[in-house]
Amino acid sequence: MNKGGLLAAFLMAATVALVIVGTIWPAPSALAYAGGRHVFQSSATPADAVNNLGQAIQAKSWEKAYSSLANKAQFTEPQFEHDLTGYYPSLLTYATLDHFDVRPLHSSADNADMQITLYWSTVVGLAPVSRDVHVTRNGDQWQVAWPVAKQPVVPPQVIPVNYLRWDVIYPGAGDDWGTQAVEAPHVRIVDMHPVQRAEGVVIMGELLNEDVVPAYVSVSATLLGKNQSPIATESSFDKISHLLLPKQVTPFLIRFPDRSLSGVSSIRMSPFSTLISASADPVIEIDNEHLNPAPDASLTGQLINQSGQIANVAHVLGTFYDKSGQVVWVADRYVDTALLPQTPVPFSIHIPEDLARTISSQRTTVATYSEGGAL
Amino acid sequence: MRRRLISLVVASLIATPCLIAQDEALQAPKSVAAGDGFAIQTTGTGKAALYIVGPSQVLKCDVERGQSISFAPGTLHNAGHYLVILKTDSSSDTSEMDVLPASSPSELSFLARPSRLPVGLHDGITGAVYVFDAYKNLIAAPESVSFELSNPSGVTQTHVVQTHNGAALTAMDSTQQQGADKFTARVGDVTSTRIVGQVPGDPCGIKMSTKPSPSGQQIELETEPLRDCSGNAVPDGTIVTFTETYAGAQTTADVPLKRGIAQVAMPAHNGAMLSAASGVVLGNQIHWETH
Repeated sequence: MNKGGLLAAFLMAATVALVIVGTIWPAPSALAYAGGRHVFQSSATPADAVNNLGQAIQAKSWEKAYSSLANKAQFTEPQFEHDLTGYYPSLLTYATLDHFDVRPLHSSADNADMQITLYWSTVVGLAPVSRDVHVTRNGDQWQVAWPVAKQPVVPPQVIPVNYLRWDVIYPGAGDDWGTQAVEAPHVRIVDMHPVQRAEGVVIMGELLNEDVVPAYVSVSATLLGKNQSPIATESSFDKISHLLLPKQVTPFLIRFPDRSLSGVSSIRMSPFSTLISASADPVIEIDNEHLNPAPDASLTGQLINQSGQIANVAHVLGTFYDKSGQVVWVADRYVDTALLPQTPVPFSIHIPEDLARTISSQRTTVATYSEGGAL
Repeated sequence: MRRRLISLVVASLIATPCLIAQDEALQAPKSVAAGDGFAIQTTGTGKAALYIVGPSQVLKCDVERGQSISFAPGTLHNAGHYLVILKTDSSSDTSEMDVLPASSPSELSFLARPSRLPVGLHDGITGAVYVFDAYKNLIAAPESVSFELSNPSGVTQTHVVQTHNGAALTAMDSTQQQGADKFTARVGDVTSTRIVGQVPGDPCGIKMSTKPSPSGQQIELETEPLRDCSGNAVPDGTIVTFTETYAGAQTTADVPLKRGIAQVAMPAHNGAMLSAASGVVLGNQIHWETH
């Protein structure tokens, strides 16, 4: 046997040996991910009880998680599952639990209050959801009482929806050269402001659809050096509301990580717009908006869907202005529950601490996605 | 310099026999209209192959020298400069001819931009016309093009422009009235029409009124019908942003116009400031006091 054959035989034997070892003595975390027994510890402390619950949720072992609860008589297992993943299709429906944190709030000999923060891995990034849970001693074990937020019931009713819808017909493939195409929507950048942040250059501003038709929009920016040569090009990605109805304004934010404004002589902005089929429905009211000062500066409020259609995903964008009316920051947050008609859903957008004191006003916009519809 | 002179002398010596041969062996028309029939006269005796080579067309036919070779109408239809070659085993005679576009226009390529624009824009609409014959050859000879822009109420703007190298350009003002205007280019009895949508501009102002809801818990806000500064109704679907500011908090709603007006219900807070805006146009402000 030559050397190559010997090496192949050795590798094969080593692989088989490792597979056998892994099967007989699996790592606890691997076993948990494989859907086997979980790495449950004994619930001898309040933290252990909450940790065990978090691991069961992470493994989507709804039955085990539900059976471990102290207050399971108050709700059913499907209600518990829907409380975590949403009663209607939403960001959390197809999310997995990436990890969770447990933080003690208060404890005594027989009772404890803990906070569990679930970090759901969604299509738009991590979505943290915090719940304060009460833990009680039951013999030598601790059990978690899960605070189920029961889904508000929308009273049966008929809500007339007769808002506009726009459809687009483009020229056909067989049309002559010179045949008139439909004009792209006219959009305009009405404000633009570059700033230097610790993480790099950030360009923010506002884009207006000044046309009478809906527009799918995006904005890209190119930093130009001293000799007018391009340094870098980036786009707003999801820090923008991509669908603009007539006369609607969206903020945008473009990040240039690890770039410095000192090396930039000018910036070339490129707004893009194209026609898109769209509906003027649903209308979302943003109620009770509050600018909360530092520390933990944030913009909070409630979204109220004024239409009859369920909005499955809502993207809230906050534009923050200083006293002179200049845009100083743009921040966003996806709401992880579906917006039911006339049902308030809270939101909170974090504001950087160093900017919080310069902000004197804000403007909030909401982009929604409905199942079977478009942004 | 010396090399260039030598090259010119050599080239003229080579070219001279060809020119002589062209005159002697082949008599092709100097020019022929695209699609017209024509004839080429040959001299001498014996069999030969006649080639006609053009920009996008090549013909070959076997001929008896000394005869006149006729070509039926439609044989040559691409305008351009053609080379005619009469080739025998021992000689090659050449001639040249031009195929010109037919004189009568048959088709227009009409580029009208934009397809949609606000009312009242000076030179906002541009039209470009390229005139072609029946074989899609660009007619380079000057032609008179009439551009007509007519709005639904029958008001028509007309510009007459001569083509230059086959193209004519014009610019027209959008009218004060919204609607789908017909933009027509006409050369003789050939026409081409495009539709130019003239849409209202920004609202000239926003006037909002308020009243308490029947329950008293909310304020019903409603705009008057929105119009631009030419009096055209702003189209439905246009977003009006209502803002209510009270005690350091704020409520906003982006509401599309419906039947010309926008309306929304907002929480009733004593001392609230209510405002409305659409794009860059601000409306009136109302201070809400409950009595």
